[in-house]
Amino acid sequence: MVDLAELVVAASNGDRLAFDELVRQTYVDTYTLALRLTSNEEDARDVVQETYLRAWKAIPRFRGDAQFTTWLYRITANCASTHLDRRRRHRHEPLGPMHEAIEMRPEAQPEQMAESSAELALIGRALEELPEKIRSVVVLKDVYGLSHEAIAEELSISVAAAKVRLHRGRKRLQEAINEDPRSAHAI
Amino acid sequence: MRYEDVAEILPGVVDGTVDIDENTRAFIESDLRCQAELARYKRLLRSLEQLRDQRFEPAPGLLAATLAALSEEGERRAIRSLFTGKRLAIAGAAIGGVAVAGAAATAVILARRLRAA
Repeated sequence: MVDLAELVVAASNGDRLAFDELVRQTYVDTYTLALRLTSNEEDARDVVQETYLRAWKAIPRFRGDAQFTTWLYRITANCASTHLDRRRRHRHEPLGPMHEAIEMRPEAQPEQMAESSAELALIGRALEELPEKIRSVVVLKDVYGLSHEAIAEELSISVAAAKVRLHRGRKRLQEAINEDPRSAHAI
Repeated sequence: MRYEDVAEILPGVVDGTVDIDENTRAFIESDLRCQAELARYKRLLRSLEQLRDQRFEPAPGLLAATLAALSEEGERRAIRSLFTGKRLAIAGAAIGGVAVAGAAATAVILARRLRAA
């Protein structure tokens, strides 16, 4: 497998084959984030395609001062936000449930798995049930580690609003976990 | 100060997202209920971080559809730039034509004046 950094350099110089390889190497991660943000498979697929179209147009301007994956996550967040806004204006059906995660990254070491998979599944479900605008911020900050500033920029909100949504989201998640009798979090 | 006074800010205190004054910090550090709540939030944040390692496999066809969309976009762009090039060429030719016609008319007028003189 070709190194991601080399592919990024080639793609930013207009090499389409290199960009195609970048897509191959990252599309499952991009889809995972898109699905977490939209909670809908069809929307997630649309967001993935839009993300790579925008990324291909923007990659000549990618400066490399951030990781490529972080840059891609920001584009995904922006596309998902735009897509969901459009969706809200045109459709009214509720978003469907997500599928269970089928894979953990092989590099994730067992000793790092402090929480059981049942607990993670519980948190995953609680996350899904958060209102979309709150969920987006929690996913981008607490799952993907984006900065408040980056989140605010991509979701077109203020940093203060991003923080408020984050704290509400954490509180609601904690409440959902505390209410679940199977949770080891409930003390 | 009571637990209820600070309960709302604990989700932000856990990772320093919220700035708190010394009195509030001292209370949180000494209050067992706050400490228990902070421990739960810390555990929540660890769990959320671990979700990053989960991957959802898309239904077959997404990769092919994405690469095809990129190819189509590339073709559209190439066609657009071709048309842009053609338009520039046509505009250039038109400007050139007007310039030539103008020069010819000037020459004819000058020749007539010379002849008349």
